[in-house]
Amino acid sequence: MSAFLTLVARDLRLALRQGGDAAMVIAFYVLAVVLFPFGVGPETDLLQRIAAGIVWVTALLAALLSLERLFQADYEDGSLEALALLPLPLEAQVLAKCLAHWLVAGLPLIVVAPLLALLLHLDPAGYPALVAGMALGTPILSLVGAIGAALSLGARRGGVLLSLLVLPLYIPVLIFGVAAVEAGIAGFGARPDLLLLAALLVLAVGLVPFAAAAALRLALE
Amino acid sequence: MPPADSPPALLFTGRDLACQRGERLVFRGLDFTLPPGGALILSGPNGSGKSSLLRLMAGLTRTALGALSWDRTDIHEDPGAHRQRLHFIGHSDALKPVLSAAETLRFWARMRGVEPDVAAGLARFGLAKAAELPCRYLSAGQRRRLALARLVAAPAPLWLLDEPLTSLDTEAAMQLLDAIAAHRAGGGRVVVSTHAPLELGDAARLSLADYRPAPAELIA
Repeated sequence: MSAFLTLVARDLRLALRQGGDAAMVIAFYVLAVVLFPFGVGPETDLLQRIAAGIVWVTALLAALLSLERLFQADYEDGSLEALALLPLPLEAQVLAKCLAHWLVAGLPLIVVAPLLALLLHLDPAGYPALVAGMALGTPILSLVGAIGAALSLGARRGGVLLSLLVLPLYIPVLIFGVAAVEAGIAGFGARPDLLLLAALLVLAVGLVPFAAAAALRLALE
Repeated sequence: MPPADSPPALLFTGRDLACQRGERLVFRGLDFTLPPGGALILSGPNGSGKSSLLRLMAGLTRTALGALSWDRTDIHEDPGAHRQRLHFIGHSDALKPVLSAAETLRFWARMRGVEPDVAAGLARFGLAKAAELPCRYLSAGQRRRLALARLVAAPAPLWLLDEPLTSLDTEAAMQLLDAIAAHRAGGGRVVVSTHAPLELGDAARLSLADYRPAPAELIA
């Protein structure tokens, strides 16, 4: 097995044994979405209109929740230093860790999102675009979040700093994700928005490893 | 930067090294040469730059001045190749509480593209019985020994050990000395920083206190 897959497998195993992370993300996601009908009232029309926005915004927040730990544990116990001294370039390791993070914290969001949309009476025509948009968007959340997680290493109150760094960068994902659902409902076809999300994903895969690895090296100085 | 007299064997050398941490110059004008099978013991008071020098040797940080080379090639020319040939054991043990001792060794070896000799690594440091134990149940000394077992489970020609004797008992310290001796007999080299007296055959010694810069000295 290549070093890349070994690292992915190790992070998955850690997440599985330590439990918590995926379950916490899902529980937060469900609870946060369920709060909205209590807050804005149970009128179907209103909920239907804001459903896509709620499902996407809370997904961003849920993804953010698990990002703080992406490099933190490895940084604290010295593993990050040892990882940085392995032959596998740090850039590739960042990608591996993002992939593992997405499998643990991103994939479940895609599964739960349609169920939550159902709860908010989302128009049935919006579901394909919602799931497709989530499938393209959640990897971006993991990748862009990795930059923030790497930059906030060693900072006190790193979690807050992380949110401040990352949330503005999530805005394009939110815009195109919600636009795709709206377009699906309106019958325009969600293709342009999904293509834009795909372009963002390609951009993130290409650029994030370098940015995050540079930030990690800075933290290890 | 090749030295004028071309050496016969592969050498790991540092020439005129200076290290800066923040605003402070830690040491300067430091030279060393490490032939195959060689050992270098770093000593000096706290803050004299033992760890900094080891991190420079590992390529984790850059030198402020001077160059490190392996077989006359600067180590930063091909960082991947340099990392492939070194083991760095720092202050922290880099263990995960939920992974067992055997899993830990297997992971770190496979990350180097080596099929690990887990049994040999554990046996060398008296951890054979702890193979399947999650690391959270290991004592401080056992954790240290497991960190050191990585050296044996996946061979590499250069060992950089930062205070390896911390929390080791006399038996484990002997096991480490045996491991180092076997490593050197096979042509491996080792750099150890230590406070405790350490008997390593004909090891060269480097006292970092000798390279302390004058108070007002600044990087040019």
